[in-house]
Amino acid sequence: MSTATATGAAGQVSRVRYGSISRGRRRTLFWSYFFLILFVIFFLTPPVYMFITSLKSSAEISAATNPWWVYHPTLSNYIDLLTQNQFLIFFRNSAIVSICVVSITMVVSIFAAFALARMRFWGSATLATGVFLTYLIPESLLFIPLFKTFAYIHDTTGIELINHWWVLIILYPTLTVPFATWLMIGYFSSIPKELDEAALIDGAGYIQMLTRIFIPVAIPGIIAAMIFTFTVSWANFLYPLAFTTSADQLVLPVGIVTTLIRGDVYAWGQIMTGALLGAAPPLIIYAFLMDYYISGLTAGATKG
Amino acid sequence: MAQVALRKIVKTFDRTPAVQGIDLDISDREFIVLVGPSGCGKSTTLRMIAGLEEATSGEIYIGDQLVNDVPPKDRDIAMVFQNYALYPHMTVFENMSFGLRLKKFPKPEIRERVQAAARILDITDLLDRRPKQLSGGQRQRVAMGRAIVRNPKVFLFDEPLSNLDAKLRVQMRTEIKKIHQTVTTTTVYVTHDQVEAMTLADRVVIMNGGRIDQIGSPHEVYHNPKTQFVAGFIGSPTMNFLPCRVGENGAGLTVRLSDWLALPVPPSREARYRPRVGQEMIFGLRPEHIREGRGEVPPGAAAFEARLDVVEPMGMETMVYFLVDGVEVCGRVDPAAAGTVGEAMRLVADLNQMHLIDPRTELVI
Repeated sequence: MSTATATGAAGQVSRVRYGSISRGRRRTLFWSYFFLILFVIFFLTPPVYMFITSLKSSAEISAATNPWWVYHPTLSNYIDLLTQNQFLIFFRNSAIVSICVVSITMVVSIFAAFALARMRFWGSATLATGVFLTYLIPESLLFIPLFKTFAYIHDTTGIELINHWWVLIILYPTLTVPFATWLMIGYFSSIPKELDEAALIDGAGYIQMLTRIFIPVAIPGIIAAMIFTFTVSWANFLYPLAFTTSADQLVLPVGIVTTLIRGDVYAWGQIMTGALLGAAPPLIIYAFLMDYYISGLTAGATKG
Repeated sequence: MAQVALRKIVKTFDRTPAVQGIDLDISDREFIVLVGPSGCGKSTTLRMIAGLEEATSGEIYIGDQLVNDVPPKDRDIAMVFQNYALYPHMTVFENMSFGLRLKKFPKPEIRERVQAAARILDITDLLDRRPKQLSGGQRQRVAMGRAIVRNPKVFLFDEPLSNLDAKLRVQMRTEIKKIHQTVTTTTVYVTHDQVEAMTLADRVVIMNGGRIDQIGSPHEVYHNPKTQFVAGFIGSPTMNFLPCRVGENGAGLTVRLSDWLALPVPPSREARYRPRVGQEMIFGLRPEHIREGRGEVPPGAAAFEARLDVVEPMGMETMVYFLVDGVEVCGRVDPAAAGTVGEAMRLVADLNQMHLIDPRTELVI
């Protein structure tokens, strides 16, 4: 009897089957797609809803019809908004601010990161950590002291900094420079040390080393930093809300909210249209830059 | 073209000494190899010549100029790095011409010089490629090309072949030697591979613990090592070292290695070794000087029997290992004559090639 049991057990062991490798891969892929689709639905629902609403007239929005379907599509919201001088001013303000902030941030952070990553000087490591720590201070804590500073500048020099759209060009870099610098330090540090030594021996100075070796090699990192900077300066809400008030000094995010909500009347169609139009430039820029965002550009510099 | 001189060079990193007082004279067009184990200060020395590290004290001369405070770009040197250090975003042509373009050479001359260097290195059809499209050996050639086009006073090589596979390494070694015969520029070459050092160098500089142990031609450092370190570092397999006692045997001298083995000192060495009679010394003999014993024993040699511990056939020769008082000793014998493990074999030690080392100073007598 005992021998029979033993054989039975042994027989069972030998019958254990391994799922085929391709079946295992299919199962993994299934779950990957399952969660990917879940996230896509989660993240795309708001923009889709915005798009649907932007095609509706005010009457249809307030009517009790299916909110996910347009029965009488109309472009009136788009036409209204794009012919409105005010909206175009918001758009212009946002564009100028963002372009200037991206330029300033990139110049400052590339130079700073190069110095901190490569030109080993006394305190450079501490300074690099300090740069990142400043990024950790939330803007909601910063805007009150900034406001006080502006008031002080006004009292002492008479220069009025509040309620001008261009003041955002000075303000946003306080948010973008630390992070962009930190990002670029990481990127520059990944460039092999021998590359600058080779450049030094080839006769390059520090500026030539930066412009002819580091910047071309670090293009993917620079693009990542640019995307980040552009997003921050395009979408920031708190600073323009706090520092600008006149209608002609507003940027897009604040402009849409303050001018399209009149008292307790929400112009939903136009709000959605404005938000959609406001989200378009970053989307277009990402799509364009993504082609250039190729990592592994350093491949071939050294062994490996 | 220039000579290089180092005078009492010291380098310390955060109080850790890396190079402890080096004096070295390299003559014009000479091929010098700095060799030693990792951490011996050879790369640091090279980097100080390049100007990538500052010497803590001492003087470095290139040509007649004191270059301690001269930045690398004004030293007129070119360096080849272990990991190639090619600019990844530039083509081979751009990589090779980068230095010339920075110095604002006229375009036709740049093209001419790059073409000439590419011909020497046989990379003419790679000029439009980027580094990532090249194999390891090709990248190394480009790195060398970048050095050659500059036509510098001194070439510096920092372990240029360590990243290549064994076969390619041997091939590139020959190539480097050929290039140096064509482009006779003063060269300082750093390696940890003693075979590379022996094959390439006009003179080998053997470094150990931040100091130079010996400078000499490959022949000299092989046959007349000055220290036990040099004797052990040069040659493969390494020299056998055995504790011994120098004794008198009538008119002659013997080195006693164990109860059962005492070897006679050749008459030519007697005067040199006589003051050491009765002292504990280290006996050194290369494996290639322990051969199979057939026929008559030549003068200065001694025959003995040893029980073989390990036998390693290598093809053209066979390594035999045996124990002398617990110390493993290696001999190189003809494969046809090699004995079998566990059995005694008659061997002949060529004592004309022996070395006697003072264990206190580690100097060869």
